[in-house]
Amino acid sequence: MENKPKKPTPSIKQNLGRHQDPALRRSNFDEVALGFGLEEAVTEAARCLGCKTKPCELACPVNIKIPEFVDLVYKEDIGAAASKIFETSLFPAICGRVCPQETYCEAACVLKDKFGPVSIGRLERFTADHARKGGLVTPPPCAPDTGKKVACVGSGPTSLAVAAELRKLGHAVTVFEALHEFGGVLSYGIPTFRLPREVVRFEVDMLRRMGVRFLKNVMIGKSITIEELKKDFDIIYIGSGAGLPSPMNAPGEDLVGVYSSNEFLTRVNLMEAYKFPVSDTPYYVGKKTVVVGGGNTAMDSARCAMRLGPESVTLLYRRTRAEMPARAEEVENAMEEGIKFEFLTAPVELEGDEQGRLRRVKCIRMALGEPDASGRRKPVPQKGSEFYIEADSLVVAIGQSPNPVIQQTTPGLTANKWGCITAEERTGKTALDGVYAGGDVVRGGATVLLAMKDGKAAAMAIHEKLSGKAE
Amino acid sequence: MKHDIYSTEGLYRIVEKADLSPTISRHVIYAPLIAAKAKAGHFVILRCRPGGERVPVTLVDWSPDNGTVTVIIQAIGKSTSEMNSLKTGESFSDVAGPLGTPVEIKKYGTVLGVGGGVGIAELYPIARAFKEAGNQVVSILGARSKDLLILEKEMASLGRVIVTTDDGSAGKKGLVTDAMKELYSAGEKLDSIFTIGPIIMMKFVAEASRPHGTPTFASLNPIMLDGTGMCGGCRVEIAGKPKFACVDGPMFDAHQTNFDQLMKRAAAYRQQEKDSLEQYGRAHDCRIGLH
Repeated sequence: MENKPKKPTPSIKQNLGRHQDPALRRSNFDEVALGFGLEEAVTEAARCLGCKTKPCELACPVNIKIPEFVDLVYKEDIGAAASKIFETSLFPAICGRVCPQETYCEAACVLKDKFGPVSIGRLERFTADHARKGGLVTPPPCAPDTGKKVACVGSGPTSLAVAAELRKLGHAVTVFEALHEFGGVLSYGIPTFRLPREVVRFEVDMLRRMGVRFLKNVMIGKSITIEELKKDFDIIYIGSGAGLPSPMNAPGEDLVGVYSSNEFLTRVNLMEAYKFPVSDTPYYVGKKTVVVGGGNTAMDSARCAMRLGPESVTLLYRRTRAEMPARAEEVENAMEEGIKFEFLTAPVELEGDEQGRLRRVKCIRMALGEPDASGRRKPVPQKGSEFYIEADSLVVAIGQSPNPVIQQTTPGLTANKWGCITAEERTGKTALDGVYAGGDVVRGGATVLLAMKDGKAAAMAIHEKLSGKAE
Repeated sequence: MKHDIYSTEGLYRIVEKADLSPTISRHVIYAPLIAAKAKAGHFVILRCRPGGERVPVTLVDWSPDNGTVTVIIQAIGKSTSEMNSLKTGESFSDVAGPLGTPVEIKKYGTVLGVGGGVGIAELYPIARAFKEAGNQVVSILGARSKDLLILEKEMASLGRVIVTTDDGSAGKKGLVTDAMKELYSAGEKLDSIFTIGPIIMMKFVAEASRPHGTPTFASLNPIMLDGTGMCGGCRVEIAGKPKFACVDGPMFDAHQTNFDQLMKRAAAYRQQEKDSLEQYGRAHDCRIGLH
């Protein structure tokens, strides 16, 4: 780049990235956030002070060598920057898009208060995309084969992290996926306008190039049990996620047009129903869609629904905007796209017609009362405030818990009252020898990054055990 | 021959395909892991090709020795029509399974199997397992007409078979429930009933046996997406409680099943299914289901 700014120049205005125009993007499934070009990336990288204490790196759940890779971006050696990230994480194109950097590295950036943090997440994404498109990606080397065999259950972020780390250390890794696409929630849950599928496929494929074996269409616990797997593998890592939808338990939830967020997102994302009838899986939104919930899944559901062309999408949340668990950026994106938010509102009953199809939603207004166990103020229904919203379809996005099949079919494995497998936090060790677990199957519905963090930690513990170093 | 259940070599290849009627085909598919683990009542989810729909189909047969599973598919929509247009040597893009909870096979005494249409194919392995467990098996097989009646010979090898058709072109003209009522009025001792077929048929089978208190089980076929307990789309109401047909079933107590709700939910995408099939039919000059 010509006339490159000197590094460090922290006073350069932070680049928050460009977005697809809301009026356009609300009717397509193309990526919303547009990536940096080389010039933008180098300029943003020039802002980094390269702190010796590396507060950003310490705040990163997967310990990406942030000051070093940012410096390599500044030097325009993008292949080397990608390799630097690969030293601790093989999934920069995924993490660069779905990690809430504002709560990790960017929150720790010393420039945050005075100038705004370095846009680390956008630089990570740029590095991954630029390296991928330019053919600059070299998979990291793997140690000689150890002869030890590890099975990962599920192919979501936590299993991918385990597979990456253990393969690098020379172990033979097989990843089992129940569905026909790899990536778990990265494939069935997160919409393509936040995470394009070619990105997921590329990073999965890199593991394949390193020798990780991927088997689809095998549902552990049904197709084959953990006990049976133990005969063929030295270690089992359970990373089967939180795939069980929580129902509202409101009357009328079985009406046609009422979806769990899991079903709705799986139809739209995994099955590409938005291309129907070019793809074969149908969807139904009708003229008016209602989404219930305040988390990222609710935002994803509402934004997917909007792109399917109904007249309106209304989101009901029983608290206020301040209590929403969704990322602020996602809430803003959703609002820009024309999704109507009804705060302090909860559905109490769903009403249908004679064909059993949803027609309207009876709602009640809430007020915030005393703080509850979660520390958030508890929503209290306001008597006499009931009202109706017309709806042809409704998506319930109020939470997920682990699918119970593995717990039910594996004697000796223990779970808590929410159905989460109990595992040691630092190592992922479960009650069964040689069986580890992490990610959402242990945490309940958490995040991609915490799932990857669990995977990396478990991989270290598994490697110690396989090398005979464990107690 | 020992098959590597973790190998992807030749996976999902159609080893043998046979047409049983103009719309019903049998596929023998190479899937050694599924073949090794399958039990009566298990199902698989098939995808014809990338971009294709996930279609749940109950296993009809399996051979751990050959590493194969057998399914019988009736072309009723675009996806099933495409599947039946595959030929020996071609492959499905995906076969997931075995899924579901297998049927509990025990000794009842006399087990009545009531199969309707292509449901007869799915009834067969269950009836066979009951026979092998020492039960006497009686079957009532219903079809619209003679050319849609399948596996009569195979079912006959397990015990007495009564055939009913809507048009009287085979067996007795009438409904499977007419034949059930005749068995009851003849004083036949029935210790349990297993039924697979159209929802409306299973509903009336349940009603026919209810006054007699015969334990009756129906294999439910709601719209299913992932088949792994993830989406809840296949939820059915059993004894007033929601159950997932994919992991808790698909076989449930028929007397406790809310068939009316199942019927309404099964019709959710009727218009889209019709549009999709018509488009496919126009492109392939095919008349399946377009009467």
